[in-house]
Amino acid sequence: MDEFIGAWTARHGATRDRLLPLLHAMQEEVGYIDDAWVPVIAKALNLSRADVHGVVTFYHDFRRVAPGRHVVKLCRAESCQARGGAGIEAAAAKLLGVAMGETRADGQVALEPVYCLGLCAIGPNALVDGRPVARIDAATLERIALEVAA
Amino acid sequence: MSRVFISRDMASVALGADDVARAFAQAGCEVVRTGARGLFSIEPLVEVETQAGRIGFGPVGPGDVAAVLDGTHAARLGEVEALPFFAGQQRFTFARCGVIDPLSLDDYAATGGWQGLDAARAQAAQQVVDTVKASGLRGRGGAGFPTGIKWQTVLDASAGDKYIVCNADEGDSGTFADRMLMEGDPYCLIEGMAIAAHAVGAGHGYIYIRSEYPFAIATMRAAIAASAHIVAPFTLEVREGAGAYVCGEETALLDSIEGKRGQVRAKPPLPALQGLFGRPTVINNVLSLAAVPFILAHGAEAYAAVGFGRSRGTMPVQLAGNVRHGGLYEVGFGITLGELVNAIGGGTASRRPVRAVQVGGPLGAYFPPSMFHLPFDYEAFAAAGGLIGHAGITVFDDSVDMAHMARFAMEFCAAESCGKCTPCRIGSTRGVEVMDRIIGARGTLKPVRPEPVEGRLFSSQEKGGASTGSARTGEGYLDRALYSRAPDRIDVSIEAQTALLRDLADTMKYGSLCALGGFTPYPVLSALDYFPEDFGAPAPLKEAAA
Ligand SMILES: Cc1cc2nc3c(=O)[nH]c(=O)nc-3n(C[C@H](O)[C@H](O)[C@H](O)COP(=O)(O)O)c2cc1C
Ligand code: SF4
Ligand code: FES
Repeated sequence: MDEFIGAWTARHGATRDRLLPLLHAMQEEVGYIDDAWVPVIAKALNLSRADVHGVVTFYHDFRRVAPGRHVVKLCRAESCQARGGAGIEAAAAKLLGVAMGETRADGQVALEPVYCLGLCAIGPNALVDGRPVARIDAATLERIALEVAA
Repeated sequence: MSRVFISRDMASVALGADDVARAFAQAGCEVVRTGARGLFSIEPLVEVETQAGRIGFGPVGPGDVAAVLDGTHAARLGEVEALPFFAGQQRFTFARCGVIDPLSLDDYAATGGWQGLDAARAQAAQQVVDTVKASGLRGRGGAGFPTGIKWQTVLDASAGDKYIVCNADEGDSGTFADRMLMEGDPYCLIEGMAIAAHAVGAGHGYIYIRSEYPFAIATMRAAIAASAHIVAPFTLEVREGAGAYVCGEETALLDSIEGKRGQVRAKPPLPALQGLFGRPTVINNVLSLAAVPFILAHGAEAYAAVGFGRSRGTMPVQLAGNVRHGGLYEVGFGITLGELVNAIGGGTASRRPVRAVQVGGPLGAYFPPSMFHLPFDYEAFAAAGGLIGHAGITVFDDSVDMAHMARFAMEFCAAESCGKCTPCRIGSTRGVEVMDRIIGARGTLKPVRPEPVEGRLFSSQEKGGASTGSARTGEGYLDRALYSRAPDRIDVSIEAQTALLRDLADTMKYGSLCALGGFTPYPVLSALDYFPEDFGAPAPLKEAAA
């Protein structure tokens, strides 16, 4: 990771305002921000470790442990609830064998909450490995479960 | 070879538009990917170019290519603009969305693009600001502050570096207009920002887009690169959010761009004077900035001519949730809530009666159909104890449990609180507990111990600090209800808990630094006042104070 951070800051700059873009780039690269990398980031951007830790933990997007091989981000916000989102959430947890906000023990799939995807007229909605899926019903859930089993 | 138009908007893609586009391409058609028209019950929508104009078919699937091309498909809609959902709209801001190829500079220029910027650059900065003031444009991000006055402050601020920041954090459930515009007509936003830069003397701009909008981020980045030579010397960049709702609050957003935790700043100083990196900064919502090219191109009067009271121009209203014809409906202010929900939205998708609508996202009030006479107007909604916000309307049918929705409002506030002030950080968590007790007690009508709430929802507490743990003793309902230290001594009766809820809402409303803590009481109290039966109360409850 030291190399990645060095190359990234050489290319994009090492000012404080580069912190979020760097964290996004790291997460894109390896899927999460390991606590062990916090001092390296801090040094590269000339910040305190506490500062970097504070930012990593503030934002819901940044993970501190490796995610599941597949990530299902299911919308929990009001407009999806109005279309039966709560029932779909319960069914998804059961079908995927993982509680909301958790990664399954075998590391195959994570079910994460998201608060609105901007698809609010066609819910319940999810991002399955980044791909938007709308009007989720029992049949859609079956397809998602098959997809993330691979 | 036929030319067909198919949306590449995230919503259309979620409904299968990519597969449909592939099928038409394989059949030898020239496929133009556009933004979304804005009516999702007809997506995936295919428009075929004919002698008689663009003929729409929708919804269609990948297997429908032949029937669409020979015109026999049952879902033939005719000209999309002539459909009732579109015929009544006044598309000032969304005129091109769904019509053109979003990234084609030729399409943009051919449909009146850059006329506003050309007009602005031919004028002095003050003249541009005066035009925006005269248009009556108010901020579309929620607060409705006059855009021209904000720009004037930045123009008058000392010289040196100034910034234009576009707030594209659009976190409110029930809203998607910012997303649709960025995906469907990105140059319109860029033009609006370039006009703002000229008006206040700014050299650089940021578009802060939430990470939940990957399509919008990609489209805006491509559009910025393609149009750099046109807006130069003004430069632009996209910054990606990281899943924090509170970063939509303007000062938290600025801190986030600066690389910090997205915590709300106390005002003053105003961002207009000391904003990004301490410099004078215009921060506006996507829709505010995207309204500006029309105003400069067609004149302030043309914009101000439509509207209602002090709400001038058009509002891109978003119909969402359990609604039959959900989508984007841009129209002049003044249309009533009932017209929007029933006449245009067609009632619920589930065909059951409408029970409640939430207007303005998670901080907006819930209204019953008895309030459907309300005209869409900032002042009218404020007077009714609600807000327009970013103009999202979420429709619920009669299966909704309003106590659950009130609980969710508190839960959401607890999850998203930035942690800076106590009424919001702690109050929201206590609010979830109170709602749990009400929900527990209303079923059995005898005391039930609350279930603990698990998971991420309490992360704000980890962030912010420990639980309150008051050790006071006494006679009042507050003392009896406080259970942090003495769970066995709580009065969990509905009356006591409802009184506590009102008291808590009061504290949050008047004691919070920003509208996240300050407005969460709107959905909670409106649910309680309009739907008391869901809270186990036969009749509306009186105020807590004796
Ligand atoms: C918790 C919270 C969230 C907000 N979210 C947004 C948002 O997502 N988009 C937005 O434009 N304004 C949002 N606002 C309002 C902004 O603080 C600010 O008023 C707006 O960006 C100003 O732009 P305007 O004058 O063009 O509306 C939010 C405010 C609060 C308190
Ligand atoms: S009200 Fe909540 S979100 Fe707003 S400043 Fe206070 S703690 Fe932060
Ligand atoms: S509420 Fe689920 S996508 Fe907006």
